[in-house]
Amino acid sequence: MLNNFVIPDFYPVAPEIFLLAMSFIILFADLLFSATQRWVASTLTTITLLGCAALTVITADGQTTLTLSNLFVDDLLADFLKLMTYLSVVMVLIYGRQYLVERGLDKGEFYLLVLYATLGMMVMISAASLLTLYLGLELMSLALYALVAIDRDSARATEAAMKYFVLGALASGLLLYGMSMIYGATGNLDIADISQVLYQGQADKTVLVFGLVFIVAGIAFKLGVVPFHMWIPDVYHGAPTVVTMLIGSAPKFAAFAMALRLLVYALFPLVAEWQQMLLIMAVLSIGLGNLAAIAQKNIKRMLAYSAISHMGFMLLGLTSGVIGHEIDPFTAINAYSSALYYTVAYVLMSLGSFAMVLLLSRAGHEAEQLDDFKGLNQRSPWFAAMMLIFMLSMAGIPFFIGFFAKFSVLTAAITAGHVTIAVVAVMFSLVGAFYYLRIIKLMYFDAPAETAPLIATPTFRILLSLNGIAVAAFGLFPDAIMAICTAVLLHSL
Amino acid sequence: MNANFLSLAIWVPILGAIPVLLLGSERRFLVRWVALAVALAGFAVTLPLYTGFDTTQAGMQFVEQLRWVPRFNLEYLLGVDGISMPFILLNSFITIMVVLAGWDVIEKKQAQYMGAFLIMSGLMNGIFSALDGILFYVFFEASLIPMYLIIGVWGGPNRVYAAIKFFLYTLLGSLLMLVALIWLFLTSGGSANILDWHQLQLGMTPQILIFIAFLVSFAVKVPMWPVHTWLPDAHVEAPTGGSVVLAAIALKLGAYGFIRFSLPIAPDASHYLAPLMIALSLTAVIYIGFVALVQTDMKKLVAYSSISHMGFVTLGFFIFNPLGIEGSLVQMISHGFISAAMFLCIGVMYDRMHSRQIADYGGVVNTMPKFAAFFMLFSMANAGLPATSGFVGEFMVILGAVKFNFWVGMAAAVTLILGAAYTLWMYKRVVFGAITNPHVADLSDIGLREFLILALLAACVLAMGLYPYPFTEVMHASVDNLLKHVAASKL
Repeated sequence: MLNNFVIPDFYPVAPEIFLLAMSFIILFADLLFSATQRWVASTLTTITLLGCAALTVITADGQTTLTLSNLFVDDLLADFLKLMTYLSVVMVLIYGRQYLVERGLDKGEFYLLVLYATLGMMVMISAASLLTLYLGLELMSLALYALVAIDRDSARATEAAMKYFVLGALASGLLLYGMSMIYGATGNLDIADISQVLYQGQADKTVLVFGLVFIVAGIAFKLGVVPFHMWIPDVYHGAPTVVTMLIGSAPKFAAFAMALRLLVYALFPLVAEWQQMLLIMAVLSIGLGNLAAIAQKNIKRMLAYSAISHMGFMLLGLTSGVIGHEIDPFTAINAYSSALYYTVAYVLMSLGSFAMVLLLSRAGHEAEQLDDFKGLNQRSPWFAAMMLIFMLSMAGIPFFIGFFAKFSVLTAAITAGHVTIAVVAVMFSLVGAFYYLRIIKLMYFDAPAETAPLIATPTFRILLSLNGIAVAAFGLFPDAIMAICTAVLLHSL
Repeated sequence: MNANFLSLAIWVPILGAIPVLLLGSERRFLVRWVALAVALAGFAVTLPLYTGFDTTQAGMQFVEQLRWVPRFNLEYLLGVDGISMPFILLNSFITIMVVLAGWDVIEKKQAQYMGAFLIMSGLMNGIFSALDGILFYVFFEASLIPMYLIIGVWGGPNRVYAAIKFFLYTLLGSLLMLVALIWLFLTSGGSANILDWHQLQLGMTPQILIFIAFLVSFAVKVPMWPVHTWLPDAHVEAPTGGSVVLAAIALKLGAYGFIRFSLPIAPDASHYLAPLMIALSLTAVIYIGFVALVQTDMKKLVAYSSISHMGFVTLGFFIFNPLGIEGSLVQMISHGFISAAMFLCIGVMYDRMHSRQIADYGGVVNTMPKFAAFFMLFSMANAGLPATSGFVGEFMVILGAVKFNFWVGMAAAVTLILGAAYTLWMYKRVVFGAITNPHVADLSDIGLREFLILALLAACVLAMGLYPYPFTEVMHASVDNLLKHVAASKL
């Protein structure tokens, strides 16, 4: 047996290995430095992520490389999604720095958990086998459960973590069950092999469809779409805002990768079946997310419901790849790239919105209520304008990136013949516009409840401004990101 | 044509708003003068559009074409014909009036106020000159943002309700239009060029659906009865400048949409649904005319009068003859001047008295004779008195309507009586009579700035009423071309 052993090519896995190695260094470094030198862990984490980005860029060769006995894939899609993941995690860390320090959460554990969650996402993104995917998912989820509860003294955060954990474990169970059925039907765990077997049409359809249902349920849970959305509002609300920001950003890329790897790479022959399921979930999410968001008084809950509706929109893109029974690669790539573009746009807006919540929060005060935004225009016209951009962008009003995200998804949906569903979706966006407008109303039309100046570090201010400007600039010139999304999928599918 | 005058018309005000916003509201003196300079520059760059316009040509002129979103084959495609060009001038001209009108009156956040209007002006020029459907949509919807803020920040007591109602109502329409635009984009094989859409052969069912999607959007914007209810609220709550821009320009966007999209893209559906459109228009003309008669708030009265006048415009479009369409276009421009002037007049009084109730006034002529003279002229114009611009358009539309069907023309002519009734009755109650309110006795007449604004508008109203030829001349070729398009069935 030993002669069969081939040393696998570790080169494509370099970013993951680097991150893991650095996490050990940070673990020890955190012990060596005293409580006053917390910045060491934070800085090292940022350096780690930048290093990962550099390694990802260096190892990116535009080729699809399978390694580690076909468990791990390095393609352009993985590289792109990983880069976006690092970017959002770094932004979360920079945005959250002050918040963490003020609340005594600026501990080494936090940074380590963030890094492990990132590692989990990277593994998910690069999964070439059901096993790897599950491994990454669990690594990410466990780190996130712990992060939600990182503020030990907060009953609400603990409750949220509990809910997240129980429901998340259930979803993982469902996913695993689905995977076992797929394995039973096809005899394979490798994504490429599964689709090979399915194309030959020898697998038992009944078992496959059963497995598919469970897999779709697992994906839906991770994306947070109806009817598997229950954890989203509670977790978003209960978690410390920085953690909410993290959950609301980078994992969306991993969940997108998971959906793409499982549904498109592995189970594409079952596209007619899963498109139906996703379509129903998409419409329900867009509807429920927007309706429920109106009733919220807490901005984090509001953004949670808004996240549900946005993920519904993203799914609409995923369901538009195949029209009837004809598979046209061009249509499919357009549809999936619209979903990818939507994800990128959403994460950019979501980061900015949560950063605004952080900006208004101070030591001893969580700016969680909508009313905290009252009269922001008088306290700081610049940041009120930034929030205006984020909210209008989320509402899909043009000149902001959110419009083109909606536009590309709607174009994909109408191409696939879902005109009625497109009309339903835009009507719910109208409902959605109401609660985004309400924030603008609070900021611009109302008198401020307090006049204390906003306290934020220059880094925070610059990053938030850049974030807002990016949302506006990519709305004026949307082509760059769109082209990247399409090119990435074109080379990877 | 080397200079990109259309791009300048769009981007000079928008980019000019940036220094205005950056100056901040503390430096009131600088803010005003910079804003005025930007508005004047914005108007100046639109003048070559008129002087360099080739009136013999029906096609698009001053065309600019740049790749914008190659992924979707969207283009930054601008161009004007005889129909859209006058509106760009009108819009840029009105912006100067608005800046002047907010000179001393706006005390809160003046920089943001001026900035919002300048951005609004650029966006609206974009709507009138965009020839790419999605670019049009982008401008169309983006223009909601500044108006939402203008109503909400500087408006009256019920401004929040009015602002949100305005935004959601308009968004409702434009989202349906977005679906229609995407559908057209896909059906035409990935072209977003509006002129390509005009050539698109469509069956009756798609035409009707497209027409309805556009109708919802444009009817809200015009506004047509029965989706007009946002307008009185928005007008009453908006600051004077907001009302002026709403009435003079924003309402025209809907009517312009009919001409640019509905009629040429879905000609058969337009003919098929013309009776409905005529019925809705006449309802607006007559019923809303009566509603205007009973208003006690001056701004509301003028708002209803605007709806009634816009009913005239849509009526003119759907009788499909050159008199009707040209009359409607003249009516749109004339109404741009007159409604702006009416709202400015009410603003002049409101700034002094802080009341818009007709009952609070009476005998204004005794203390403000100069103002009363201007107000008289504009009221007469609003009632459609010959020799004012109000007459020309209405007369042409009524003439066209009589040609189309005597009874339709007859019903439309009722507006002359109703318009005179509500406008002049209001004028009488406000301006004439004995002074009953002691505050009226303390009023001071208009100053130089107000005189200048009203005199400029008065000159426009009279010039257009006495010699409308320069206005109609530019439209002829384009209107003929449009009618040819609408007459040719696509089935």
